[in-house]
Amino acid sequence: MAGWFEQANWNLALFTLILGGVLLASIRAALRGRVPRVRVLPGVAAMAEAVGRAVEMGRPVFFVPGTRDLDNVQTVAGLAVLGELAALTARLECRLEVLTDRSLVMAAAREAGRAAYLAAGRPETWRDDSVSYVSDDQFGFVARVDGLIARERPATCFWLGAFSAESLLLAEAGSQIGAIQIAGTAERSQLPFFIAACDYTLIGEELFAASACLTGDPALLGTLRGQDLGKAVAGGALLLGSLLATAAALTHWPFIVKLQSALQRLFSAGGP
Amino acid sequence: MSGGLHLSSSVEVWVGAALTLMVFSYLWRDNPFYKLAEHVFVGVSAAYVMVLGFWTTLWPNAIAKLWPGAARLTTPEAVEPTHDWALLLPVILGLLMLGRLHPRTVWLSRWPTAFAIGTSAGYNLVRYLRSDFLAQIHSGMTPSLIATTGGRLALGESLSHAILLGGTICGIVYFTYTRQHRGAWARVAGTGVLFMMVTFGTTFGYTVMARISLLVSRLHFLLGTWLGLI
Repeated sequence: MAGWFEQANWNLALFTLILGGVLLASIRAALRGRVPRVRVLPGVAAMAEAVGRAVEMGRPVFFVPGTRDLDNVQTVAGLAVLGELAALTARLECRLEVLTDRSLVMAAAREAGRAAYLAAGRPETWRDDSVSYVSDDQFGFVARVDGLIARERPATCFWLGAFSAESLLLAEAGSQIGAIQIAGTAERSQLPFFIAACDYTLIGEELFAASACLTGDPALLGTLRGQDLGKAVAGGALLLGSLLATAAALTHWPFIVKLQSALQRLFSAGGP
Repeated sequence: MSGGLHLSSSVEVWVGAALTLMVFSYLWRDNPFYKLAEHVFVGVSAAYVMVLGFWTTLWPNAIAKLWPGAARLTTPEAVEPTHDWALLLPVILGLLMLGRLHPRTVWLSRWPTAFAIGTSAGYNLVRYLRSDFLAQIHSGMTPSLIATTGGRLALGESLSHAILLGGTICGIVYFTYTRQHRGAWARVAGTGVLFMMVTFGTTFGYTVMARISLLVSRLHFLLGTWLGLI
């Protein structure tokens, strides 16, 4: 059994249990009626309006769930938002075009779209062709999407997921035709381009919170409360750690030095 | 400067130059030349990735290890004569994806999709907890007041650490969702946004410079390799 556990990583197990426990407790509390009030994210609030605009203009909505595979959590978050948007486009009878660069993502996007149309009571209007695979090649994908944007002139473009160098190329093409653009990514290097070229941008973790805000599902909103508590732990640990490090450096008192060293070991990423 | 036009005699260079100009024509507007380049690019890249995937993933990782006899027909020296039957599992999951080809068997493809999402979620939980939670906190636990060897305050270094700590805390406050951003909380969150925007601004400038170097490289190809002007 010893081979099953890497004892040096006990702090990873501890924090997994603590944070997981906090998340589960928050979900349980939300399901019992203590649903947290979540602040309004402008990018999420604008989604329905952006789809409504596409309906009014009689133009399609484009959605790209990032350019990574299903093993990326941002892709999964993008697909979760796609589910909600697809339900909206189903209700409003708006044409939705989802463009993917990975076969597995295409399959998952079709599942999400089909399930959303079914839940919206309009399964007969769902077309698998709404979700298409373009190419695994980064710039081959960009060439196709930009060409489609120029020809189809979508009223709204959603760029939600993990993006690389193609972010500005995609968002600039949408900006050129005057589409409302809502982007979201946790890729720090690509956020500046989305912020510059899009109307709304979900920054980093806002992408993961978007589906909870859109659905209002108590279980998902509960996870947001749990995550906030996790952030409080992180902020508190940072403040305490910095305070102890400062006191240890200035006073060299053995007790404080030992305490600071213990705290650093607790948060050591390579095992204490 | 070499002083005159020295056109390349390589067909490869001519095709590359033509496709480059076709793609650049998008700057004017969508046109048949761009459309042609787009279709060639998408078709060639999709086919290339498929062939690459077969020879670098499917062949060495599945076929060569499950059926070494068959694999030895093409690469006799690279194939070990042992069978790794555990690889049948991913092969079966891969085959289940083909269930999408018929409406009545679509449900089969949900199993590999669920497997991919589930395993990546489990795997990433530990990875992100380590890199985005523990490592970040650990590296932020630095003294905010630093003394020099002479016992005086190292102002620059202390300020740098204090800004790092303050920026991180303000950023964390901005990313809280279940507390409304009002009053002092909103001001702290606003400072967090300010920190992020400064970071994004510097990243933007840095990346624009990198993109310009890509443009220079393409122009060098057109003017040098193709036309021989430089």
